[in-house]
Amino acid sequence: MAMSRDEIFEQVKEALVDALGLDDDDVTPEATLMGDLGAESIDFLDIVFRLEKAFEIKVPREELFPAEAVLNHPEFVSGGKVTAAGLAELKAKMPHTDLSGFEADPDVNKIADLFTVDAIVNFVETKVNG
Amino acid sequence: MRWIWIDKFLEFESGKRAVALKNVTLAEEHLHDHFPGFPMMPECLMIEAMAQTAGILVGEARGFAEKVVLAKIKKAAFHHYVRPGDTITLHAEMESIAPEAASTIGEIRRGDELIAQISLMFSHVDKNLAGKKFPEENFVFTDMFNSLLTGFVETHPDAELSR
Repeated sequence: MAMSRDEIFEQVKEALVDALGLDDDDVTPEATLMGDLGAESIDFLDIVFRLEKAFEIKVPREELFPAEAVLNHPEFVSGGKVTAAGLAELKAKMPHTDLSGFEADPDVNKIADLFTVDAIVNFVETKVNG
Repeated sequence: MRWIWIDKFLEFESGKRAVALKNVTLAEEHLHDHFPGFPMMPECLMIEAMAQTAGILVGEARGFAEKVVLAKIKKAAFHHYVRPGDTITLHAEMESIAPEAASTIGEIRRGDELIAQISLMFSHVDKNLAGKKFPEENFVFTDMFNSLLTGFVETHPDAELSR
């Protein structure tokens, strides 16, 4: 059964509130998981487990958070910046993420800012509604 | 986890659930200070007992091939004190398991009485800290765990654990 975007957002919010010990108000579509919401690496797995349960979907970790694989590839990073090839790879692997701002200054340290609540909602939407 | 903080398993269903037992005794020296005149089991050590129960459940599910470490306490709620002379049971249930990690939910009981609810996350460290080198031998699961699981798990004895 198709779910509305608002319904998906509410359930994603619940998963994030429980996984990260947040208040409801903290979870906005623009909030970044690491910078704004304080997620650490193990929290990502916690979030994945909670999303799988809440939406009855399978979430391969590298699909939702593929940036790690890109960063570890020598061709995709040069001088602290993601290369053109790396950006192409990110775009292909992260269709649920808005990369327009990142492209202007593809600093590897800013890659964490790509993980927003909105990106998760987008991802779940494609999984749930196909 | 070479320090064993549970006395024995009562039930063990591979990959699903485990029940362990711990007797609490005034012979545990920390109880003399926690607290003088009112000894009670420190709550952090209740978490440790659950971490060992659930950690062995998680480790056994992958044939003790992974180095399983406690990564996150998702929930810890304590409802009653545990005193010397008490016998507590630790009920752990596998919630999710993936190549990189596992999550468990659990309860500590004294008889039928609910003492605590403790939900945990474990990391399979080799899969999560890419590039960091760990010793090849599994320093988490040592021979001592053999005796705890004897009679419950048929597949592991000697072969897996003592490697």
